[in-house]
Amino acid sequence: MDLSRREFVVGLGALAVATALPLPALAITTPEQRDAAIREATKGAEIKPGRVTLGIPQVAENGLSVFTTVTVESPMTEQDHVRAIHLISEKNPLPRIVSFQLGPRVGRAKVSTNIRLANSQRVLAIAEMSDGSFWSDEKSVIVSIGACIDGG
Amino acid sequence: MALAIARVAMPATARKGDVIEIKALMRHVMEPGYRVDNRGQIIPRDIVKSLSVMYAGAEVFRMDMHPAVAANPFVVFSTVAVETGELVFTWVDEKGAATVEKKLLTVTE
Amino acid sequence: MKRLTAAFVATLLVLPVLADSPATSPAIKPGSAFLSPELKTLQADEAANPGMLWVENGARLWSERIGSANRSCADCHGDAAASMKGVATTYPKVDAASGKLLNLEMRINACRTSQQRAEPLDYESEPLLALTVFVARQSLNMPMAVQVDGAAAPFYSKGKEFFHRRQGQLNLSCAQCHDGAAGARLRADVISNGAVTGYPAYRLEWQTLGSLHRRLRACSLGVRATQFDYGSEEYLSLELYLAKRSGGLPIETPGIRK
Repeated sequence: MDLSRREFVVGLGALAVATALPLPALAITTPEQRDAAIREATKGAEIKPGRVTLGIPQVAENGLSVFTTVTVESPMTEQDHVRAIHLISEKNPLPRIVSFQLGPRVGRAKVSTNIRLANSQRVLAIAEMSDGSFWSDEKSVIVSIGACIDGG
Repeated sequence: MALAIARVAMPATARKGDVIEIKALMRHVMEPGYRVDNRGQIIPRDIVKSLSVMYAGAEVFRMDMHPAVAANPFVVFSTVAVETGELVFTWVDEKGAATVEKKLLTVTE
Repeated sequence: MKRLTAAFVATLLVLPVLADSPATSPAIKPGSAFLSPELKTLQADEAANPGMLWVENGARLWSERIGSANRSCADCHGDAAASMKGVATTYPKVDAASGKLLNLEMRINACRTSQQRAEPLDYESEPLLALTVFVARQSLNMPMAVQVDGAAAPFYSKGKEFFHRRQGQLNLSCAQCHDGAAGARLRADVISNGAVTGYPAYRLEWQTLGSLHRRLRACSLGVRATQFDYGSEEYLSLELYLAKRSGGLPIETPGIRK
């Protein structure tokens, strides 16, 4: 990850915000709130990295709509399937983004949606399996600021 | 004049056992509750809370949304073609208002 | 304000030296050419492109009988796929009767008032966006081909002058970025050629569909220049110039833009 570029972009973001309409100070999820959201999804179970692939751009062109795909290795049979997929944010105002309830009738453990990311941050994808195990993948996303921000 | 607020794209027919891909799009502002209007007032939160898909007697897919789902919520998921029947898509917002879209899937042996 | 302006100008130092001369435009690229692969895919996918929600609404409104004439678009124009095919490629165009330059929005309003005897619709209103994007969609993939001679000539040269004129606190002309620096990065955006074949477009920044004039207002704000009104002479003439500039490029409405 190119830190100097991220700092540059974030700095410009501050300029963009200053020159656009006034916004209330946005809350940012704390590490404790994020952990609480993860615990809520997993009931405190151990999460192992693996089996999950979070497909998300390294650089999001616009934080208002980031196309995200989660794929999980699973035969999706009655005996062995993905029960649920959760997406957790690190720096949005709220840590939970979206949850999907799957099951064997889904056939393929792959879902896509568009999410909002308020800042450059890590996004965590958690999959709950039918055997009660939890697996995850995490990716860092740089959220870039557009040049021609609309005044309205 | 009823305006279109949901679009579902999926095959009309499938063979039994096929996994079909479904794309569902709903028109909704997904107002997070942080934005401010011209007069400096917070625009109240107004989001779609869930999308539930019923098919052949069961909920086959569910999406529980929070404000970080982008406006005009879109999802791509799949389902196994088990029998001919209607897929019923129900979006519910936080005030309890529901939007329903139905699509017939014809399943051949 | 001055400090912010200076800081913004400082960011432009990362750009190559911008040419000042109003040279003839090189062949330009459509807006979609400047999108990431993900957004290009989103635009092309009818099931995923949010703009299609408005196209669907436009289709419904097309058949709605309104006004004191109790007439729908369909009553005169029948099936839009046939009657509206190619129409968007010729707009803006001069209305022979009035001598005014009309864009698609104004043409729709002219029909509403004179044929349907209904109130005209405001820019960015749901029905006007829906009808405009629906009509434009009927020309999908057809090349932009506006007339700029005869009665259109004075509007075209006004638009061309606007495009090449330095404006606003940053004293920039459209040409300096969209000809001189197309392809370069401005903050995290890639500067496009300013082609207009995707409008009305679903802009992620707006989280909704919007008109070209809405986008032009954002451009004006971006260089700290006067924002003209929706439907203003300035933006209309500019729209004709931009449409000519986009000549030969296929209509890709509704475009996905950032």
